[in-house]
Amino acid sequence: MIAPGPELSPARRPSKINVRVLRQDGPGTPPYWERHQVDYEPDMNVISVLQKIAAQATTFDGKKVSPVAWDCGCLEEVCGSCTMVINGRVRQSCSALVDRLLEDNPEEIQLQPMTKFPVVRDLMIDRSRLFHSLKRVQAWVPVDSYFDMGAGPRIPREDQEQNYPLSQCMSCGCCLEACPQFNKVEVIRHAGETDEAFDARKKQAYDAEFIGPHAISQAMLFNSHPVGKNLQKERLETLTGTGGIQACGNAQNCVAVCPKEIPLTTSIARAGRAATLHSIKKLFDR
Amino acid sequence: MANNRVLVVGGGLAGLSATMKLAELGVAVDLLSLTPVKRSHSVCAQGGINSVNDQTRQQGDTEWNHFDDTIYGGDFLQNQPPVKEMAYWAPKVIDLMDRLGVTFNRTPEGYIDRRRFGGTLYKRTAFAGATTGQQLLYALDEQVRRWEVEGLVKKYEFWDFLGPILDDNGRCVGAVAQDMVSMEIRSFAADAVVVATGGCGLVYGRSTMSVFCTGSAASRCFQAGAKYGNGEFIQVHPTAIPGADKLRLMSESARGEGGRVWVPRKPNDTRAPKQIPASERYFFLEERFPKYGNLVPRDIATREIFNICVNEGLSVDPTRMCVYLDLTHIPRHELDRKLGGILEIYEKFQGVDPREEPMKIFPAVHYSMGGLWVDYEANGEGGLLPGSPRNQSTNVPGLYAIGECDYQYHGANRLGANSLLSCIFSGLFVGPGIVNWMKSNKAAADLPKSIFERAVGEHTARHKKLLSNASGAGENPYLLHQELGDIMTRTATVVRYNNQLTEAYEKVSAMVERSQRCSLADTGNWTNQNVIFTKSLQDMIPIAQCILKGALMRDESRGAHFKPDFCMPSLQATDPTERRLEAEKWCDAFEENTNKFLKSSVCSWKGQEPDLVFEDIDTRLMKPRPRLYGLVGGEVIEEVWKQRSRTKEESAPSKPAAAKQLAGSV
Repeated sequence: MIAPGPELSPARRPSKINVRVLRQDGPGTPPYWERHQVDYEPDMNVISVLQKIAAQATTFDGKKVSPVAWDCGCLEEVCGSCTMVINGRVRQSCSALVDRLLEDNPEEIQLQPMTKFPVVRDLMIDRSRLFHSLKRVQAWVPVDSYFDMGAGPRIPREDQEQNYPLSQCMSCGCCLEACPQFNKVEVIRHAGETDEAFDARKKQAYDAEFIGPHAISQAMLFNSHPVGKNLQKERLETLTGTGGIQACGNAQNCVAVCPKEIPLTTSIARAGRAATLHSIKKLFDR
Repeated sequence: MANNRVLVVGGGLAGLSATMKLAELGVAVDLLSLTPVKRSHSVCAQGGINSVNDQTRQQGDTEWNHFDDTIYGGDFLQNQPPVKEMAYWAPKVIDLMDRLGVTFNRTPEGYIDRRRFGGTLYKRTAFAGATTGQQLLYALDEQVRRWEVEGLVKKYEFWDFLGPILDDNGRCVGAVAQDMVSMEIRSFAADAVVVATGGCGLVYGRSTMSVFCTGSAASRCFQAGAKYGNGEFIQVHPTAIPGADKLRLMSESARGEGGRVWVPRKPNDTRAPKQIPASERYFFLEERFPKYGNLVPRDIATREIFNICVNEGLSVDPTRMCVYLDLTHIPRHELDRKLGGILEIYEKFQGVDPREEPMKIFPAVHYSMGGLWVDYEANGEGGLLPGSPRNQSTNVPGLYAIGECDYQYHGANRLGANSLLSCIFSGLFVGPGIVNWMKSNKAAADLPKSIFERAVGEHTARHKKLLSNASGAGENPYLLHQELGDIMTRTATVVRYNNQLTEAYEKVSAMVERSQRCSLADTGNWTNQNVIFTKSLQDMIPIAQCILKGALMRDESRGAHFKPDFCMPSLQATDPTERRLEAEKWCDAFEENTNKFLKSSVCSWKGQEPDLVFEDIDTRLMKPRPRLYGLVGGEVIEEVWKQRSRTKEESAPSKPAAAKQLAGSV
């Protein structure tokens, strides 16, 4: 639980906030730092800082620039959109409160895009690989139909209490940014390449790489659902294949940075045991 | 259906449930969204989803009661058949979501747990912690991903819907959209377009809504000829946490789980809340509404909180207006299990543990009851006819609207935990009707290319024109948005006055032209958020005009729309005979007002401003009755009203009885 202290005392409130943003105009172009300055107000977060930067569109030394591009949605840390690296730490910019950041470093706030995903522009990154991983582990319950078939299976409270935290994963990508085994994959579009051909190349590149802690945890979530587990074998097949669980180096960074405090390493340990059993079983079934 | 394609715009609960149902019916779907669909605003819904259930049934609850509560809570402003159908589907919707793996909270025995929500006396609400919307959305997102792998769904995420494409007969045959990364503008041919783009909170600047909820997609349909209904009905949620960038929701479930709203009886009491003894705390909702207590419908709770701060001067904070929402009497482990998600939000953004200290909350714009006008076809029982292409159809043939962006389910005030229901229900229900619609029409893909090229040309021209406003002398779109939000928040939220609304309408109407003069700081053609925002700002203005015009023309108070100059007073007399007479007069006035204003306001776009007409409401199942929550003298009014209704029934034999007589005579 993050329990920030009270607001900055009035004496310590600056009149201006210095912000340094690592910008990039597009894929394949060089990144560069740019300095901005905005008026301080109480109760600000990084989103409101970026909103001010967008409205000003002027650097600290008066140069007209295009507004900094970034991604955001709910502004209350449940949608996962606004992840970025703030003062060196990966987190959501909506819950990054300016008063707290200034306590750590009164000089400036530093904003960078996540480093494990291709930059689209400035702080916008392309996280399609993260969603692709959910396809790899078939993260869904394979119901027969959407017709009315009565209630689902009864679920013990204990199981619900184990699964609910896993189900809160908002695909923000913090765990992937922090994972030493998860490396950036950037597929550049060839001139004249069709959507289909480009998508196929991306899929191939992603499938060769580590699936990531979030997807392992989702696999465990669905393997413990009474109907979800009908795809248990297929999921374990993925987890024992290329880029599966053996790629995990057990650095445990994922669980440390997860904003929802999802027990990712517990999921990984469960997945490890299930994968071992699955492999042994396969050996004997041959 | 090999050649048919449907375009679904918006990937929240409504859009995703429509997508998966259509895919199941074998229809190929293009799913277009401003954001990866898993990040849609439905994630912000916290409290739960309503239905009659095995437990409440045995306490006397029925689907009909759920229908009745929804209509009464919405002050009778809904056409009744769709609402009836929704209430009767509600248990089935929850069963389906249960089967899809939603991690609903469980009773010790393993059944779905329920809690009580506003505007009802039953525990109808199923919930998954305090992140029910997120959990429901994820279950649907997972199913749609499954169909994506199957090849029936193609997602277009980070795409902005620019408007529907109509053929020469006015039928919707697709849409134009823009890739928000590459800025490419292209057309999508579609045999039906389903708009599921949510509410319009950003018209008010700050609200509890996500940044995508600009209402611009609905506005683009409106400007293309679709009608917009009941725009003036904007729900202001009683409990939110004020913030610089957003007003964050504090779910009604906090009260559903026993949270109590109070202020110190003494104005400007400087003691810490815990130091104030119970006798000096004013639990104003409980005192004024003994039956529903803290769970009166939202419009009423909002007005009471607003009133206690603004008019009675009892705000608990000297620097800003707010009241206490107190959970500290509930055991910590129970709070964590049932409300964890929302308490963490409060803790993260306010730096105070709400398990230890009462929260400070104030009302905030939260939900649009109004939206795109949609049709329906009733069946013999007064519900909906399944599979009718008219259900959820706008007045533009082939253009459908579902979820928060339609106007149909919540009337003048939405009950808590009914929105998730209306979104999923309308999404599931629209599918079979669309399939039937497509059977009787030529496939859009076979139409002449010129229709689509023309539409792309128009939108490209608009885009280029905006980019050319680079002089720097024009309006700043972000500041203009702030101005719009300030005007709307000041004049068209909790309390409304005609002089203020008139002035606001003039100012906002002037913004139609001002917003055309926005100059952009970014004129590039790669991930240009500046131009996307400016376009959505331009399109917020017609919606703001609908809201203001509806509010101005509706000279009454109903649900969320409250005008002190036009409201039904409490009874004053204390003498029983006089009180009775007063109640008779009250009922006369009520009937007169019902005849005049129990109507939907329906706007059509006329180029610079909307044209508004009032349209009758289908009350075939339940006659309107006074909404009397907590009104002084309510019991006398109710008595008089019941007597009148009985007299009317006796004097006019009901139709079935007449039919029987007729049959008997043959």
